Amino acid sequence: MIDRDEVLHVARLARLKLDDGEVESMAHELSAVLDHIAKIGELSLDDVPPTSHVVEVVGRLRPDEPRPCLPREVALEQAPSVADGGFLVPSPQA
Amino acid sequence: MSPPGIIDLSAAQAVAEIEAGRLSAAEIFAFYRRRAADEARELNCFTWLASDLPGNSGSQAPLRGVPLAVKDLFCTQGVPSQSGSLILKDYRPPYTATVIEKLTSAGAPLLAKTNQDEFAMGSSNENSAFGPVLNPWNHTRVPGGSSGGSAAAVAAGLVPWALGTDTGGSIRQPAALCGIVGLKPTYGSVSRYGMIAFASSLDQAGPLTRNVTDAALLLRHMVGCDDRDATSLVFPEEIRLPTAVDLKGVTLGVPQELERPGAQLAGAEIQPSVRASFENALKLAERLGATIKTVQLPHAPHALSAYYVLAPAEASSNLARFDGVRYGHRAEGAEDLLDLYTRTRHDGFGPEVKRRIMLGTYALSAGYYDAYYGSAQRVRTKIAEDFKAAFEKVDFIVTPTSATVAFELGEKTSDPWSMYLSDYFTVPMSLAGIPAISIPSGLSEAGDGEGAADLPIGFQIAGPVFSENRLLDAAHALEAAIGFDGSEAWV
Repeated sequence: MIDRDEVLHVARLARLKLDDGEVESMAHELSAVLDHIAKIGELSLDDVPPTSHVVEVVGRLRPDEPRPCLPREVALEQAPSVADGGFLVPSPQA
Repeated sequence: MSPPGIIDLSAAQAVAEIEAGRLSAAEIFAFYRRRAADEARELNCFTWLASDLPGNSGSQAPLRGVPLAVKDLFCTQGVPSQSGSLILKDYRPPYTATVIEKLTSAGAPLLAKTNQDEFAMGSSNENSAFGPVLNPWNHTRVPGGSSGGSAAAVAAGLVPWALGTDTGGSIRQPAALCGIVGLKPTYGSVSRYGMIAFASSLDQAGPLTRNVTDAALLLRHMVGCDDRDATSLVFPEEIRLPTAVDLKGVTLGVPQELERPGAQLAGAEIQPSVRASFENALKLAERLGATIKTVQLPHAPHALSAYYVLAPAEASSNLARFDGVRYGHRAEGAEDLLDLYTRTRHDGFGPEVKRRIMLGTYALSAGYYDAYYGSAQRVRTKIAEDFKAAFEKVDFIVTPTSATVAFELGEKTSDPWSMYLSDYFTVPMSLAGIPAISIPSGLSEAGDGEGAADLPIGFQIAGPVFSENRLLDAAHALEAAIGFDGSEAWV
């Protein structure tokens, strides 16, 4: 149902590198799971509203007042690489 | 009190002993610290163990210093919080989850972090980057998941009580497989702030305890609206300690869909011992005065399919944050930023997490969104409506928690769908956001396959939104009638 190209396309969307072996097994496993999931297609759901959140919560707002946030040095403490008080990453275009 | 007696105390009893001055917070902490340290390697329940009783755990607070173990995915400031994943190996968060803060200030100091399936994705605890947890009843079997470490630790008597999280059954199923009590509260009643997210519309923290009273006591100090979680709700009443001794006037609904194994259950065939134990519990409930009725949940058999669209879809979005930039693992020698992302995620995530990210990304991708995600959301509406209609006729809905007893390590790892079926009976309640509890209903007998005797079986009771007090009362009455003895699993 899902072929190799489709797996690679989805992996790109998910920012996930997959080894060749992983691509094979993923195609197989995802197809098997989607076969089960496809059964919901048999239900007639046209007039049913979708539920994204089961409990009725209206978007809650708080007063827009300044308050303390994580100090910069604490925010950077766990970073793999830091420079000039920020997170250091490779260039987007090598 | 001499130390050997501490093990016999439930958490609520320990609170009372400390209150009465017959036991101290330091004594009970040291006692469980030693037990946990001795057995840590054997069962692999823990990913971190406190060395000392934290200084601020005043024994004047209501929980009096009775120590707590919490699932690894709760953020605890300065303490490893890795969610069972290599991508968060050794991550020490700069803040603490609201529910942990609440429990600590209520007098339950942190004793340990517990092993779990990676990002709470799994039903056997075999997906942990830190190795599988073993079932204390039988070391060749799984403890269930994803809160497997918390369940095994409580069942083995290594901690008095523990916290887990439940997205599709991750508290109730391991509680059932380990012979303890596990409660998933109404969605929104416990703050999710500081829980490393899996599926935000489903994730909910809850207690794993030796008995129903302990679950009520812990839950009492967990619930509450939190400004830092926009989906948290005000719990409308205080959680009471259960007192019911009978079920007079209570109506229990058994879903008709249960009575047609094979046809509707499609692979989730109920094991003979599980069915026998379920029927025995129903008889006991009747003897306590309950009325048993058959109810219809026509869409429940489709819950698992809807869940395996919705949960992975939410997970694929939630796990986008793990990119090797701000914290956690980063792949070495990346050529550019995209290469950094894709290789970090390749190295850091385990197979099941990758599978769910892929599944979720696929379901949300252009061309498939309506067919999968849209349909699953509509099924979710129907499932919630089914429950609402059923609760017009009955007070609670009861099912076995899991169709099977604890299975062998490795038995289901090669077939994802067979593993997903472990949550067949727990997923519908998750999708509906309603509370459900699993209590032990007995042990299996020979006849469920090689070596499957003497393993715990769970009985699930589900109620409407915010029915926790009534639910705990019903569970308490039934628990006493069942008289399950979990001390056999203590190490």
